[in-house]
Amino acid sequence: MSDRDTILASIRNHKRPSGAPLVTPPIPARGQVEGAERQALFVKMATAASATVELVDDPEIIPELVGQYLARHNLPSRLVLASDAMIANLPWADHPLIAHRTGPATGQDLVALTSAFAGVAETGTLALVSGPETPTTLNFLPEYSLVLLSASAIRGTYEELWRDLRDATNDGHDWPRTVNLVTGPSRSADIEQKLLMGAHGPRKLHILLLND
Amino acid sequence: MQPTSHRFIDNAHDALNNETLQQALGNVRVNFIEKRRIAVEALPEFDDLRKAGREIRDRVLSDLDTHLLAFEARVKEQGGQVHWCADADSARKTVLRICQEAGARRVTKGKTMIGEEIGINEYLEANHIEPIETDLGEYIIQLRHETPSHLIAPAVHVTQKQVEETFRKAHRDLDPQRNLDEPSSLLAEAREKLRQRFLSADVGITGANFLVAETGSSVIVTNEGNGDLTQTLPRVHIALASIDKVVPTLDDLTVLLRLLARSATGQEMSVYTTLSTGPRRVDDHDGPGAYHVVILDNGRSKLLGTEKQDLLRCIRCGACLNHCPIYHAVGGHAYGWVYGGPIGAALTPALIGLEETHHLPNASTLCGRCEQVCPMQIPIPNILRHWREEELRRGLAPVAMRRGIGIWAFFAKRPVLYRLATRIGARLLRNFAGKTGRLTRVPLAPPALTRGWTDMRDLPAPSGKTFHALYRQGKGAGR
Repeated sequence: MSDRDTILASIRNHKRPSGAPLVTPPIPARGQVEGAERQALFVKMATAASATVELVDDPEIIPELVGQYLARHNLPSRLVLASDAMIANLPWADHPLIAHRTGPATGQDLVALTSAFAGVAETGTLALVSGPETPTTLNFLPEYSLVLLSASAIRGTYEELWRDLRDATNDGHDWPRTVNLVTGPSRSADIEQKLLMGAHGPRKLHILLLND
Repeated sequence: MQPTSHRFIDNAHDALNNETLQQALGNVRVNFIEKRRIAVEALPEFDDLRKAGREIRDRVLSDLDTHLLAFEARVKEQGGQVHWCADADSARKTVLRICQEAGARRVTKGKTMIGEEIGINEYLEANHIEPIETDLGEYIIQLRHETPSHLIAPAVHVTQKQVEETFRKAHRDLDPQRNLDEPSSLLAEAREKLRQRFLSADVGITGANFLVAETGSSVIVTNEGNGDLTQTLPRVHIALASIDKVVPTLDDLTVLLRLLARSATGQEMSVYTTLSTGPRRVDDHDGPGAYHVVILDNGRSKLLGTEKQDLLRCIRCGACLNHCPIYHAVGGHAYGWVYGGPIGAALTPALIGLEETHHLPNASTLCGRCEQVCPMQIPIPNILRHWREEELRRGLAPVAMRRGIGIWAFFAKRPVLYRLATRIGARLLRNFAGKTGRLTRVPLAPPALTRGWTDMRDLPAPSGKTFHALYRQGKGAGR
């Protein structure tokens, strides 16, 4: 008998009907809000998780804001970009001093800018989805992670996020290789429970929240 | 891993006398409990979520084969592979085979308790493949040749000073005069060292907090991001999971995620929760070219349908460890195998046998705090009682304990004799205590054996009359 058969036989041999009544799981009321309230909750929760959030009214100024961010943190004027339409269509050409390329990140990249599929207000979380235009390494290798999020893509709860993702992926059949739910920048408390930021992933997570 | 659970009593003594360990354990007592409390209070639905989470797990366990097969079908559909492994040996060999077929020489690892359970590091090393732990805590203890002492804080037994010593010894290529006073400089050094390894590893091995049948995904939950680098950068990703990790849908996953981080670290959500589904797609620019899930049984399926089945609801948050007075006193290593604390005391006998582990179910005051804080409402004290009964039944308990309980049972089953004996006992003890009404040593027992009870405290002596006698005199409760 193969291990597979052995395990399945053992499970079938031992399992008993549960008998417990079906419970409808509660969805936290906190996340079940709309519009401005939802956006405010997202900002509050993301900030509580040590992310920074910058509100942007006009997409055209995003390259300029990125340049300011780099200057503010004393970073070289260089970054790696996701190549999705939202980021590719920004007027990078008007800012020749910001050196940029697209594609996956390498160990040398200090800063990346990528786009989020959605945000979840309940916990201030970004949903980052892998694909040819948004490689996963952008989310983890650089020390500074910049993420562009449309305000209209903020969902209240995870249940709404999953519903949207199912819709976007042919009912899950074209499910992406990776879905990263990111809540704040990387951290560790493995040395005497002292909280330290920037363990292996980014030390800083900066969300550009585009008011669309 | 070679268990030392049979030495629990000695292990516990050593732990209690280990000043450095006691200093490190102080951090558990303070931090985890308060953070969890605040997070739980901030979510009014928490208790209802616990009920829902418990129901999800019970439902899955009642039909586990169906859910595992559904998961397997989805993984295959997404281009991944599932490997079923009945025991640790089978799992080790499967992992080695995948590594060898990939021509792997270096393997990075995210945190995996199943990896500990099957002893994968030693096995890979013996077969000339270098395993590198990448979670900061796991990296520290790997350098120290130790095992995790906590489910989510593997190096909680190590002090900052010890980390510094360990790094100075291990990173000999760096300037010996460098300043490592700040914990942040220790972290920076580990980050730098591990970064080189992430980029040169051939295979990445992670654990799996959950397997989602709906999408065929393995899910990891971390704060550092090391697990994600482990499963993104190498050519091959292997996720190690046990059969109890499967959940039917993304919505079920959500319920358990809402419970996990709050119970574990008191966060609303851990920093990184990642769903991995199959290998890199045709037009992807990064991600592993091959995706394997190893599903381990190792004795778990036999718990189904027994009074121990509830143990399989565990989501490994560590809340029971954080709230356990015994764990606070002796730490995780004393338990002698992979899983420490209350859940370890209840689960380990089921996985490696009661002969080796029969001390563990006794390492509890049955105070019930573990069950109170368990997000999955696992009745740990009850399960420990079951093991104690089995220990006695199978004659594994120490002779003195069996005799003692035998003598007590003899009287307890004969009420007349019992009353007589307690009457004599109560009077003798009172006389022995004298005017103070306190016992400063245990009468009729060799001091060498009982000093531990009386050296630091005295015990109240009985009033001289038994409860029955007082009750008859009209001084009973409620009168």
